[in-house]
Formats: sequence, C-alpha cells, structure tokens
Amino acid sequence: MREKTDIRTLLRNNAVTIMFIIMCAVCFTFSGQSINYVIFELMSRLSRNAFIVLALIIPIVAGMGINFAITIGAMASQIAMLWVLEWQVPGIGGFLLAALLTAPIAGFFGLLIGNLLNKMKGQEMIGGMILGYFANGLYQLLFLFIFGNLIPLNSPGLVIKGSTGVANTMDVSKATGFKYALDGIWKLPFGQALYVFSGVLALFCLFLLLRKRISGKKFGLCLGVLAACCLLYQIPQVAGIFSMTQVPMVTFAVVALLCLFNVALMRTRLGQQFRAVGQNRVVANAAGINVNRVRVIAIMISTILAGWGQLIFVQNMGSFQTYGAHEQVGLYAGAAILVGGASIVRATNGQALLGCILFHTLFILAPAAGKNVFGDAAIGEYFRVFISYGVIAMALVMHAWGTVQKRKPQNALRAAVR
Amino acid sequence: MGAEYVLEMKNITKRYGENTVLEDVSLSVRPGEIHALLGENGAGKSTLMNVLFGMPVIHTTGGFEGSVSIDGEKVNIASPNEAMLKGIGMVHQEFMLLPGFTITENIKLNREISRPNLVSRVLGKNLETLDMPAMARDARKALDKVGMSIEEYTLVKGLPVGYMQFVEIAREIDKTGIKLLVFDEPTAVLTESEAQQLIQVMKQIAQSGIAIIFITHRLEEVMAASNAITILRDGKLAATRNTQETTMVEMAELMIGRKGQGMVSAPPRTQPLPDKLVLEIDHLAVDMPGEEVKDVSFGVREGEIFGIGGLAGQGKVGIPNGIMGLYPAQGQVRFMGQPFALNNAGAALRSGMAMVSEDRRGVGLLLDQSIEDNIVFSAMQIYGQFLYKIGPFTNKNGRACRKVTDEMIQELDIRCTSASQPAGTLSGGNQQKVCIARALVLNPKFLFVAEPTRGIDIGAKKLVLETLVRLNREKGMTVVMVSSELQELCSICDRVAIVSEGAVVDVLAPDSSEADFGLAMSGIKPGDMKGGADNG
Repeated sequence: MREKTDIRTLLRNNAVTIMFIIMCAVCFTFSGQSINYVIFELMSRLSRNAFIVLALIIPIVAGMGINFAITIGAMASQIAMLWVLEWQVPGIGGFLLAALLTAPIAGFFGLLIGNLLNKMKGQEMIGGMILGYFANGLYQLLFLFIFGNLIPLNSPGLVIKGSTGVANTMDVSKATGFKYALDGIWKLPFGQALYVFSGVLALFCLFLLLRKRISGKKFGLCLGVLAACCLLYQIPQVAGIFSMTQVPMVTFAVVALLCLFNVALMRTRLGQQFRAVGQNRVVANAAGINVNRVRVIAIMISTILAGWGQLIFVQNMGSFQTYGAHEQVGLYAGAAILVGGASIVRATNGQALLGCILFHTLFILAPAAGKNVFGDAAIGEYFRVFISYGVIAMALVMHAWGTVQKRKPQNALRAAVR
Repeated sequence: MGAEYVLEMKNITKRYGENTVLEDVSLSVRPGEIHALLGENGAGKSTLMNVLFGMPVIHTTGGFEGSVSIDGEKVNIASPNEAMLKGIGMVHQEFMLLPGFTITENIKLNREISRPNLVSRVLGKNLETLDMPAMARDARKALDKVGMSIEEYTLVKGLPVGYMQFVEIAREIDKTGIKLLVFDEPTAVLTESEAQQLIQVMKQIAQSGIAIIFITHRLEEVMAASNAITILRDGKLAATRNTQETTMVEMAELMIGRKGQGMVSAPPRTQPLPDKLVLEIDHLAVDMPGEEVKDVSFGVREGEIFGIGGLAGQGKVGIPNGIMGLYPAQGQVRFMGQPFALNNAGAALRSGMAMVSEDRRGVGLLLDQSIEDNIVFSAMQIYGQFLYKIGPFTNKNGRACRKVTDEMIQELDIRCTSASQPAGTLSGGNQQKVCIARALVLNPKFLFVAEPTRGIDIGAKKLVLETLVRLNREKGMTVVMVSSELQELCSICDRVAIVSEGAVVDVLAPDSSEADFGLAMSGIKPGDMKGGADNG
C-alpha cells in the first residue's frame, strides 16, 4: 500500500517529464524520421540551446522563479553582436569580443532588473516577463532609430537600404562574421567524442577520488558506466545510429564548464546565501544576509549567462532576426527547464539538460508527425507552440496545487492536533 | 566580567505616541541565572525585549527612556545586529530555520566557515568555498551542549518540532561570546518530555555562565527552571521575586492583579438559567493560524452570557471563527439540539447564529461602503431581505434599508453624519457598533462576539458591553463573548471559560479569585492546585 502511494507521488512529481517522454515517443512513431537524423539534429540543437537553459538555474535556487527577463540578456548580446559586426572582427576573436562586450551590458541590465524585481517580491516571474516586453520597445527604439541614425553604422548590409534603422537580419556567416566560431574549433565524430568525454570524466572522477570527495565504490560505478557506454558503441548497429553526428567539442566543453560553475558556486558563501534566500527570505534576513543584494546578484549572473547563451546560439545559426530573435528565448528556455522536471523552486543541471533534450526532440519531431497525421506540417508546428505554453502553465498549476494541498483543512488539522 | 549583573535595564519607559506601554520598568539579570519574565499579553514583555534588542520599531517611534547596561557598562543598542555583537542572543518563538538545509548549515547560517580559492582571491570573501567538515565539527559541539545526539548532516525538514527548538538553541550557543540568551515562549510548541529536556538544557547553559531570560506563561516551568522572576502588569513592574520565596498562587495573583471595579455590571438574574444547552461543542479543532484550537469541548446554556478568556495566541479567538466557518474546523457541534455542519459560513448564519468578528477592518466591515450597506449586507445575502424583484432583476429596497439603518444608528448611538457615510471613516468604537448592528439585523438567536472592545475608547467600550447585556436580558439572546480583557468578561458573563494552548482549562464563575484565573491562563486547572501549590 505504502509503495503504491510512493509510485503515485513519483508519477505526480514527474508528470510533465513523463508526459513529454510519451509525447516524444508517439511523435517519433508517426514522424517517420530516422533515429540518425533525430540524433544529428538534437546534437546541434543541444549545443546551441543548453547554455541559455542552464542560465535559469541560479534565480530558481534564489527563490525568484524562472527568470523570464533573460530575454533582456539576449538583447544585450545582440547589441554586442551588432557592434562586432560593425567593426568587422571575424572568427573566434569576434566571438570573444562580443562575449566581453555582452558582460557589462547584460550585467548593467541585470542590476536594473534585479532592483525592480526586489520591489515586487513574489511576482518575479510575471514581472520579468512584462519587463521583457517593455525592454523590447526600448530595444526597437535603439535599433530602429538610434543605431544607424544618431550613431552611424558604416559596415555594408547592417542598415536597411534607402531607409533608417538596423536591417531585419544580422548575418554573421560572411567572411567578417563569426559563424561556427566556437563550434568549428574542434569537431569530432560521435565515437571519438564519446571516448574523449569518457576519458575526461574518468580523470575527473579520479581527481575527486584522490581528494576524497567520492567513495571508491562510486568511482568504480562511474568507470563501469563509462566503459559500458564505450563497449556498447562497439556494436556496429549502435554506432550506426550516430553515424551522421558531429560533436562540437568546445561548445560542449563550455556547457560543461557552466554546469561545473553552477555546482561550484553553490558550494561558496554566495551560493549558500542564494539557497538561504530562496528558501525563506525572513529567516535569511534574520541571519544578517542582505536579501536584496543577493537577489540582484542572482539576476545579474543569470542575465550575463543568458547573453552568452544567445551568442552561442547565434554563432551556430549563422544569423539572427534583429527584431525577433530574443522574443521567445525566455519562454522556450523556461519551458525546457520545466520539462526536465525542474519546478519554479527547484532546479538542477541534470534537469536543465534533460529538459533541453526532451523539449528539442519534440521540436524536431512534431512538424513531421503533424504532416504525416494531419497532412500539414503547420499543424505539428502549432502543437509544439501550444505545448510549450501548456508546459509552463501546467508547471505553475502543479506548484500552486502542491502548496494548496499542504494547506488543505484535513492535512492542516492533522498537523495541528498532532 | 566582574559586574554583579550581566544585564541591567533601569527605569525603562516607552511610549508610542500618547500610549505608554512601559513605565519605569527595571530588570536585572545575574550571570548564569535563569530569569523568568512573566506577564499577560500587553503587559510589556515584548516591548521590553524589543528595547533590549534595539529593534527598529523602538527607534523609529522615538526611542525610550532609561538605561541599559551590559556587564556594568552602559550601552546603546541601535540594531539587532549590534545586540548580537554585544553577546545577546534570541531563541525565537517561531523557528528561524531553513527546512531545506542540514542542521549544520542552519547552525552556521551566514557565519559559514570558508576557505579561500582562486576565484575568491580576486572577487572577495563571498566566493570562498565552504568548509563543510569544519562547520560540522562546530555544529557537533553545539549540539552536544544541548544534549542532542542527532546526526549533524540531517535535513531540518521532517525533524520533530522539539528538535527544531534545540537546533535553534544550538545555533545561539555556537555564536562566540554569547552572554545572555532570551527564550521567547520556548516550550509553547513542545511536548511535556521535550519541555522537561529543554529546562534541563537551560540549566546546563546557565551553569556555563550564560544568563537566560525565560519568557513563558507556564508557571510550573517558571518554578522548575528559574532562579529569579520579574512580573510585569500593564506596562509596569508588578514584582521581582526570588523563585524560592514565592508560590505559583502568588505569581498568578501578581500577574492578573486588581484592575479596579468593572465599569459595567449586569443586573442579577431574577430566575436561574435553564439547564438546556443551546450549543454543545465536542472535541472541536480549528486551524486558525496563530490561534489554533486543538481540542475544545464545552456547552453554552440557553440565555446565558458565556465568556471565553485566555492569553493571545492560545486559541480562544479560533473557537468562534471555527464554528462560523471562517477557518477550517473539525469536531462535533450541536446547535439547538441539531447536528451543526462545520466549514460552512452560509449555513452557520442561516441557522440563526451571528458573529461580530475580532478583525473589524479585515473581516467585519466593507470599509469603502456606506454604513447602510454594511448593516444590511449579511441580511441581504443570507435571507434575501431588503430586496424586491422586478421580473428577473433583484433590486435593493432602499427605503427599508434606510429605515432599519436609522433605527440601528439610534439604538446603538452610532456617531456619524448619515447612514451613507463610508464605514472606513468612522472611529473604531463606531465601527464596532456597525459590526454589531449588522449582526443584529440578522435577528440571531445566538451571537458570537470576538474581542468587542479591542482598540476602542472607554465610552464606546461601556456602550458596547451594555448593549450586549441588554440584548441578552431583553431579547433573551445567548451571547458568547471572547475577550482578552478578563475584567470585562467577569463583569458581564455568567460563566467564563479559560483557554490555554488550544484547550479549555476550566470554566469558572465570574467571581472566582484572581489566582484561579491566573493559574488557568497558564494552563493549570485551579482545582488541581490544592495541596501541591505551596511547596513550589
């Protein structure tokens, strides 16, 4: 009996994730896509989207919910990219310059956002979302009127011909752009990437073992799993699945670094303050923590990371819509992290990555499945858009429901009577 | 050290505007002493502690008079943080613990031990890595001092309430240089054995030289734990005693004290009340935050004025709120011989009960609406009175409303410009009268009145109480009055039930002695005291 209820809570707590796995499976059967293609697509989507999803973790830990204001971080990086294009700095140099420029701009925006959100505690998510819409207006003013008009742009193709304002599309794939600046540094076929990955992870585990952070048993288990993966890959059928896939090693290394950063940060004083503030502002304040300051720092870090995430996205895509690329960033990243099983009060690296995988698998499969079932790819497209909103709504409802459940009369009374 | 007293507060006077809440109060605590601070609600205990901790509420309202010395040295404590630095710690009544943190993390919250790393050397101390093992060692030491064997890496979430209290204490002990610890009602949430253990721990702490101020309303614990006692009453120092030289009865008397004769007295009853019970409450529990009712059973006789008294936060206000369906409740209630459905506010009103809420401005009144709308609102909603219909449209019968409102204004002497004046602009006493008028328009057979005299002036108090008596004597309405003012209860009630910790301790006659009421308020049934009272 007890076990049964446990399974039920397990199902309930992971309802969104499980629902998504089922949907992915259903879409896969109907889509008629080969698994090779799905994995190939997934790998490139993962490399360009994972970073921005990971940028959401810190504000969630700090109790501010999903930071929908990361759209503003994306805007900051687009401002940086415009100037890098204007100065015509190509390749990895341009990319790094853009990253360098993004940090202070996004940091400043983050400071403003954080201070504003401190005035509306408890309403951070809707506040961040509306703030994103508002900032979009300022962004348009900047790009339509100020850039190219008050501040002239000289680089060809940046300004709308015969008119004012920045062009609709920013193309970074030209010789002066920085397309694949990060992805192209070191690409390996999947098999080799797997070996490198396994090797690095094994070394990392060994390092932890020597520092006595993990037990020998855990170390053995970790090595075993890695070895099994490598062995499994020796089967030609398995290897065949990944035959198309090329892995951009540096991009994934950056994503891995961010994961490490998230973990390491939580082990510092600042991380402890994030967690304390996230759990209970009153208690944190009573312990002498400057709650407002901690919250501003969380948003600043998140905004800067989101800006860098957008850079990684653009260097992979090769171009971006000047007036639209940032708009859906917050929504899709938020949906992705929720799909991975995060809630608006709890999130981990693993959940962010899993969410990214599931969410984008559905993105890849839904149009094809829609086309096969309904005869129109647009219907599949329609499904995936409404699903991403639905996921967010469902996560919010489930969070509210969980809180209400605790406050139900019979539960509360049981606690009271004891 | 050297000084005789670790803390001396001398002649403290604190006023909020014209309202004097503390007058010439002194408190002296020796090192290693457990000093109990006793008093009813509003006696000034928390204000005194706010002064000690330099809470902003004191300094933003004009500071205080008198002096505070620590170790014989005059100090000026301007903020809680400064108090902490001076070695004064507080064990809160509501736990200041984070459920998702381990015991160690909670004990060391914002006082983490950390090691510098590459990044922190550049970006500052905030990015230093936490040294968990060192923190755990410190936590272990503190936990051992309070006699807790529990693993220091356990999450606080899911710990029994009693354990949380000990973790909280361990956190205070872990702070270096702590000289004085304030325990604010520490045993309120503990079981009996946990409370005993706590007192043991307090004694141990005191033996190590740390002084303790022990705020509680449980007299037995005061007798068991403390060395000295300071009793406050109405913002004044009632007495300071050594524990060996006093008894529980004396303390109870000192706590309640004589407050002069009642300003209202009910005419004596010409004939005895019938034994018929109109309301029977059996094992009622109510989940009202801050006023939890755990297990209450009593009966109210037809035609009586029944009083419910007790200290704030003990659950007396929860009883009417639970029965009237304003907060989730559970238990058996019979009203006029019929089973009564709980958790249904509409049904409660329709059955002939009415309530004047203690939360006048929140629950009682629609502040932006006129007096008239406030008075007829419930009757309109519940009984569909003051309405007429034209076809499918229901309309308000303005003339009938005005008539009944004018009657009420006259009868209750509501001071207002007209019946259309917004209720929010009235004075507290007149707002209270509007609340009563609204209940009366329902023509209830049974009236709950919660804290009817809170925050209103003396003249209005008198009128409100007289109205209640008149309703009872002339209309035969059964009245249950909940009040923190024992004096009022004793002056007009036929019987007074005293509630402590969510349960009725005893039902007393209004002319019982002060000591009886005082003991009942601290949870001791006066009848049980005979014999065991004097050996303390």
